[in-house]
Amino acid sequence: MSSTPGSYYLPNPSHWPIVGSIGLFSLLLGLALAINEVNAGPWVMTFGGVVTVYMLAGWFGTVARESEGGLYNDHVGMSFRMSMLWFIFSEVMFFAGFFGALFYVRVLSVPWLAETDLLWPGYAGGWPTAGPAGAVPILPDTPVQEGQFSTIGPWGIPFWNTVILLSSSVTVTIAHHALKADHRAKLIIWLAITVALGVIFLFFQAAEYIHAYKDLGLTLGTGVYGATFFMLTGFHGAHVTIGAIILAVILFRVIAGHFSPDNHFAFEAGAWYWHFVDTVWVGLFIFVYVL
Amino acid sequence: MATAEVAHHDHHDHHPTGLMRWVTTTNHKDIGTLYLIFAFIMFLLGGAMALVIRAELFQPGLQVVDPHFFNQMTTVHALVMVFGAIMPGMVGFANWQIPLMIGAPDMALPRLNNWSFWILPFAATLLMSSFLTGGGGPAAGWTLYAPLTIQGGMGVDLTIFAVHMLGVSSVLGAINIIVTVFNMRAPGMHFMKMPLFVWTWLITAFLLIAVMPVFAGAVTMLLTDRHFGTAFFDPAGGGDPVLFQHIFWFFGHPEVYIMILPAFGIISAIIPTFSRKPLFGYTSMVLAVAGIAFLSFIVWAHHMFTVGMPLVGEIYFMYATMLIAVPTGVKIFNWVATMWRGSMTFETPMLFGVGVVFLFTIGGLSGLMLGITPADFQYHDTYFVVAHFHYVLFSGSAMAMMGGTYYWLPKWTGHMYDEKLGKWHFWLTSIFFNIAFFPQHFLGLAGMPRRIPDYALQFTEFNVISSIGAFGLGITQLLFGYIVYKCIKGGEKATSEVWDNPEGLEWTLPSPPPYHTFETPPVVK
Repeated sequence: MSSTPGSYYLPNPSHWPIVGSIGLFSLLLGLALAINEVNAGPWVMTFGGVVTVYMLAGWFGTVARESEGGLYNDHVGMSFRMSMLWFIFSEVMFFAGFFGALFYVRVLSVPWLAETDLLWPGYAGGWPTAGPAGAVPILPDTPVQEGQFSTIGPWGIPFWNTVILLSSSVTVTIAHHALKADHRAKLIIWLAITVALGVIFLFFQAAEYIHAYKDLGLTLGTGVYGATFFMLTGFHGAHVTIGAIILAVILFRVIAGHFSPDNHFAFEAGAWYWHFVDTVWVGLFIFVYVL
Repeated sequence: MATAEVAHHDHHDHHPTGLMRWVTTTNHKDIGTLYLIFAFIMFLLGGAMALVIRAELFQPGLQVVDPHFFNQMTTVHALVMVFGAIMPGMVGFANWQIPLMIGAPDMALPRLNNWSFWILPFAATLLMSSFLTGGGGPAAGWTLYAPLTIQGGMGVDLTIFAVHMLGVSSVLGAINIIVTVFNMRAPGMHFMKMPLFVWTWLITAFLLIAVMPVFAGAVTMLLTDRHFGTAFFDPAGGGDPVLFQHIFWFFGHPEVYIMILPAFGIISAIIPTFSRKPLFGYTSMVLAVAGIAFLSFIVWAHHMFTVGMPLVGEIYFMYATMLIAVPTGVKIFNWVATMWRGSMTFETPMLFGVGVVFLFTIGGLSGLMLGITPADFQYHDTYFVVAHFHYVLFSGSAMAMMGGTYYWLPKWTGHMYDEKLGKWHFWLTSIFFNIAFFPQHFLGLAGMPRRIPDYALQFTEFNVISSIGAFGLGITQLLFGYIVYKCIKGGEKATSEVWDNPEGLEWTLPSPPPYHTFETPPVVK
């Protein structure tokens, strides 16, 4: 679709969406097969994963080329900005579902389960809990014996991870200001620091998980506490991973000479995503670790 | 580096032909057509499943299918109709109409628009493939309640992943619609000048982005409870099966408005045209839609009155639910007031328009009955509920889409549809619909439970009548397919305006509109 100068850019027909559908379909079908112990599962899943990554690289590559080729005017840029913000809103709602589950269980259903003696007589409730049939909670960060679990206290690794992520929000903002002032060297350094902070966060998070599984008896199967703890922090970790990959790609694009002080939507989108991930972490730190 | 290459690409457009045209298209009209065709195929598929249900219920006893398969039919019928027929159908209308109505050259993100559609056939395949697994398809009802869905076989996992894909499609499609409405309006097309259909879709898209991810989270919890040892819904581990119901209905209640609000938009386009009067109370219509959307977030537990909530919860959710009647009543009143002293004619779209106002109101009133907590203790999970939601979903959403199809089909194809057959389609549809579903009110009030393949002898007569109506209704829809096919193939040429002085930018374009429209935005005065 020809795009006369100044008009809204309408892309030509594209094969990337159908590639993405095939990838997503194979990925999920393979996962369904794999968790039901069908032999072909992991193969189908791997195929789907490879196709999906190929689609993401190809599609985003196309968009980056079009952008650097000057096909997008401000009107198109505004569409991108709005859609990124709404996408982040959808992610917020995804986390809201899990936070909602946490609040419901802690505030309502665990006390109800403890109150009624019909189903599980003698269950005392409280938080943390792995339920009436699960392991018994002891003090945080304490080595456990058989039938016990311990939680991770907020003022060790989680506190330092909070410091790391909040600092990374600052560093990415410094990088943004450097980009707007066209200081490429400064931009590269601060963006690289941001990515590094993300990686350090993930490293600590992995160490924390290993500690929880090995020493604290805290696993995904540790009743509703383990479920909410690992699903919330796990999905957050997955989002940090995605955010770090986005910022790393942006870093490579910066090094390759992409972006200008007034045309760098991808950078902004990555930075917004990063701030979103940080904000979710603050919620996690307060409601999962501290309270 | 790639600058020259891109600029070069831009000059010779290469457009695939044949099947690949439809697979790779970035044109909103093509994608709208794909959505509508997909929705119609799913409508027939889901309808066939409904007929399996009605065949089994034609007489008491078990004769046609075994109970487990019956449960799969009730479950997948609903999933297919909700996620395969009504939602994609409405998105098809959005794709065709929103750019035409606001004077935009296309949707804001055309490639993403293609993906939103092309996820759907794959998601449907994933859902249908569950029938091929050992345990069969999902059989816990479309609400997928734990702990039943914890117990099912691989079919449940495939359903969960199908829901994930459908969620991705819906969220991406909704983002596209919101951004299109916010960013692509022609100069002078202020928000309060937008056709109501655009308004309803703007708000629907907001609801979709807000609640589809929550649903994705809920089924993810199901998945981890099934395979990865979590205890979200298991009291032995401190979880609660009712938690699933809360999360599900936090999604599920806005979901029902996602299905009906665009239908309101279609009706608000049809009725003024054939009453030859502007829509009565435009501003109040917009506010009513926004009000309904707001209320949809705070009433979800009225689907769970019998699950054992504290009394204060029951009472709160009852009163909040009653409030919905106010904005909905405003809409009904405004449609009637639009017709009041209008110079009315009754072409097929108008027949559907008036039919929807009348029949949807019946569904709305039975909804009020269900929203009263003590009454719901009697009606809950009976055929009264089934009758209620078919009056809002079939004679609300589905019939509004039929009316919308007749209304805009001459614009889309450039041909008039067969008016006589269209009228036959309307009358057969609405008569058979009422034969099929009105008796279900009586069955439910008398205590016949839903989702059970057998029933007590006293329910026989009404079930026989209902099954006859259902088969008539199903067969009638083949006529709809034929009318649309015939109209695409040929017929009397349609003028640009098609109808008698209708309002809206789409009628300023020729019928059919050129492949690309409003490349230079029109100026709206």
